[in-house]
Amino acid sequence: MEMLSGGEMIARALELENVEYIFGYPGGAVLHIYDALYKDCKVPHVLVRHEQAATHAADAYARATGKAGVVLVTSGPGATNAVTGIATAYMDSIPMVVFSGQVQSHLIGEDAFQETDMLGISRPVVKHSFQVRHAEELPLIIKKAFHIATTGRPGPVVIDIPKDMTKPDEKFPFKYPESVDMRSYSPIQRGHAGQIKKAAKLLLSAKRPVIYAGGGVILGGASELLTGLAQELNFPVTNTLMGLGAYPATDRQFLGMLGMHGFYEANMAMHHSDVILAVGARFDDRVTNTVSKFCPGAKIIHIDIDPTSISKTVNADVPIVGPVQTVLVDMLAQVKTLRKKDKSLPDSQALDRWWGQIDEWRDKHGLWTADRFGTDGEQIMPQQVIQSLYRVTKGDAYITSDVGQHQMFAAQYYKFDKPHRWINSGGLGTMGFGLPAAMGVKLAHPDADVACVTGEGSIQMNIQELSTCTQYNTPIKIINLRNNYLGMVKQWQDMQYEGRHAMSTYEDSLPDFVKLAEAYGHVGMQVTKLEDLDAAMEKAFAMKDKLVFLDIFIDPTEHVYPMHVAPNGAMKDMWLNKHERTS
Amino acid sequence: MRRIISILMENEPGALSRVVGLFSQRGYNIDTLNVAATEDPTLSRLTVTTVGDDRVIEQITKQLNKLVDVVKLVDLSEGTHVERDLMLVKVRAEGSVRDEIRRITEIFRGQIVDVGPQVFTIQLTGAAEKLDAFLASMEEGSILEVVRSGVVGISRGEKVLRL
Ligand SMILES: Cc1ncc(C[n+]2csc(CCOP(=O)(O)OP(=O)(O)O)c2C)c(N)n1
Ligand SMILES: [Mg+2]
Repeated sequence: MEMLSGGEMIARALELENVEYIFGYPGGAVLHIYDALYKDCKVPHVLVRHEQAATHAADAYARATGKAGVVLVTSGPGATNAVTGIATAYMDSIPMVVFSGQVQSHLIGEDAFQETDMLGISRPVVKHSFQVRHAEELPLIIKKAFHIATTGRPGPVVIDIPKDMTKPDEKFPFKYPESVDMRSYSPIQRGHAGQIKKAAKLLLSAKRPVIYAGGGVILGGASELLTGLAQELNFPVTNTLMGLGAYPATDRQFLGMLGMHGFYEANMAMHHSDVILAVGARFDDRVTNTVSKFCPGAKIIHIDIDPTSISKTVNADVPIVGPVQTVLVDMLAQVKTLRKKDKSLPDSQALDRWWGQIDEWRDKHGLWTADRFGTDGEQIMPQQVIQSLYRVTKGDAYITSDVGQHQMFAAQYYKFDKPHRWINSGGLGTMGFGLPAAMGVKLAHPDADVACVTGEGSIQMNIQELSTCTQYNTPIKIINLRNNYLGMVKQWQDMQYEGRHAMSTYEDSLPDFVKLAEAYGHVGMQVTKLEDLDAAMEKAFAMKDKLVFLDIFIDPTEHVYPMHVAPNGAMKDMWLNKHERTS
Repeated sequence: MRRIISILMENEPGALSRVVGLFSQRGYNIDTLNVAATEDPTLSRLTVTTVGDDRVIEQITKQLNKLVDVVKLVDLSEGTHVERDLMLVKVRAEGSVRDEIRRITEIFRGQIVDVGPQVFTIQLTGAAEKLDAFLASMEEGSILEVVRSGVVGISRGEKVLRL
């Protein structure tokens, strides 16, 4: 049998897992591993400029490909820097394997140089974690880590590796396991047939149904199945922020996103529905508004692979635990069987009335149908930037975003027809995610258009990655919606604190982003007039091999609407603009 | 309502901290906690008592089950079960009260396991209320130290929690 050191085993295991990129940053505790990678490993390593960026890049790589992202960081500060990115992946259920260095075993607990209790620090934000106690265990631990990260409800897994586990002169027989069987971990494969049948019957009895689809549909590879079911039934579909692309946005049956900044028609339809089919969604507080007022007339069917998501905040009438993919296959079959027996199902007259009502809502305040934002024809509105981006990329780009108003505008106005295209930190809301994420996506899909929609606040949280983009030639486009404010903070201050802008401005301290981009060897462009917007956008995307930083000056006073009325509002209670609310 | 959740989990380093961490992270109560190895050295058995309404308890059991180290669990309070808490109490025992303490200990089927000129150490086992009642029967100020194991429990009859 082949004899390998711990470091070599890691290198070999990553090859055998078909890892495409390692995102990482070296340091003392992982130097044996780096040396093994240097000597013999087919997997390229991307050197970021901050460990947080490594985790976001790996995370976004995973979101764009469905494969686990891989991170390698050193002990102490390297590990703690990675924590925000691990938490980001955890909140959005993204498969990721993080190798963190640790001080030598005999020093653990002694406050050694660059020692930190990584297992302890990361515990609440990982799906699982391991510390390697014997180097021989490395292959099995790595196999388990990838298995746990990618199956069931995906999530990040940390492997903490004391330096002495990777000593180059201590070799062990290496055999990488083909598969793992863990008695304490066996994700469910099918949903309960009886429950699925019950759900199918309930669906077919619905008069005002809505399908509410979340990120789980994308993670579970079930977008086509969901679309098939919705179209078989002629039911309206709304996607969560994480679920955008799960159902094609340009289809007639799509109501847009729901929730705090959801579409009027989506939130209204949810509130007035009689049956909700929730698929891979978790009734997040940014969706439901006040739980006790949530969709009072609706019976809820909830499909999720994670039983803890079911009836956690909103009670499910028909809970179905299982992978969305197999459950939807079974459900569609049930629906078809029931319809064969009774061709009058579902009640098409009731559905017509429901669609009539939905179209009325759309005409009245629909985000894409009604004229939602004013423009003086000169100043650029943020929504127009996204519309321009959508036109120029023909709706087919990968869009990453940061967190703030720009994120919501991107979610509202870029019409995602495909899954895996919209890549944002939905659960944790991590500013600084966008740029490293775009980098990870571009590496995964070098021929695709990749844009990062950001704000001047967020972009500065990981701006150093412009250097990584130079090193690895990742010609992404950065669309900076520049309002000179921490815009989302300012919006809340406008609405809830009588316009007191505590710490939401930078005064005159912003850098010249054009020069900054140029300093890193990229192209920078400033756009201040509406008439120049489309041309600049086209020019940026025409430069296929250049990273272009588009610094676009937008109306700084614009707010994101609709916005749920809070506290104590229901789904249907929304601000539609600065002066008008639904109720 | 008070519940006794009994957990079979991998005897791995860090497993206990995951369980305890889960309770604090999600704001659940831990009233008592007991953990020890089982007849199978790769498994340990953890018993935790907690309070919460049905909804909270359902979340707690689901969340615990989701932990990779947790192999199986049972909410003992759902069925008939035997529950025991072990208590060691050191009480001041001087002069005439020595006899009285002996008597009370007998009533509670306890044992005096250590005797000093001024103190008794008493061992008691039973359901938690019984131990509480014993403590309540001691004269005020006479209790010097109390050590309790926390609740352990097991289902009655044929039902077993094992692999
Ligand atoms: C790391 C982090 N810190 C703070 C916040 C809180 N926060 C949410 S949005 C926002 C403002 C973002 O400003 P900018 O990036 O300029 O976007 P804009 O809202 O102006 O479009 C802040 C500070 C956050 N989400 N993430
Ligand atoms: Mg801003």
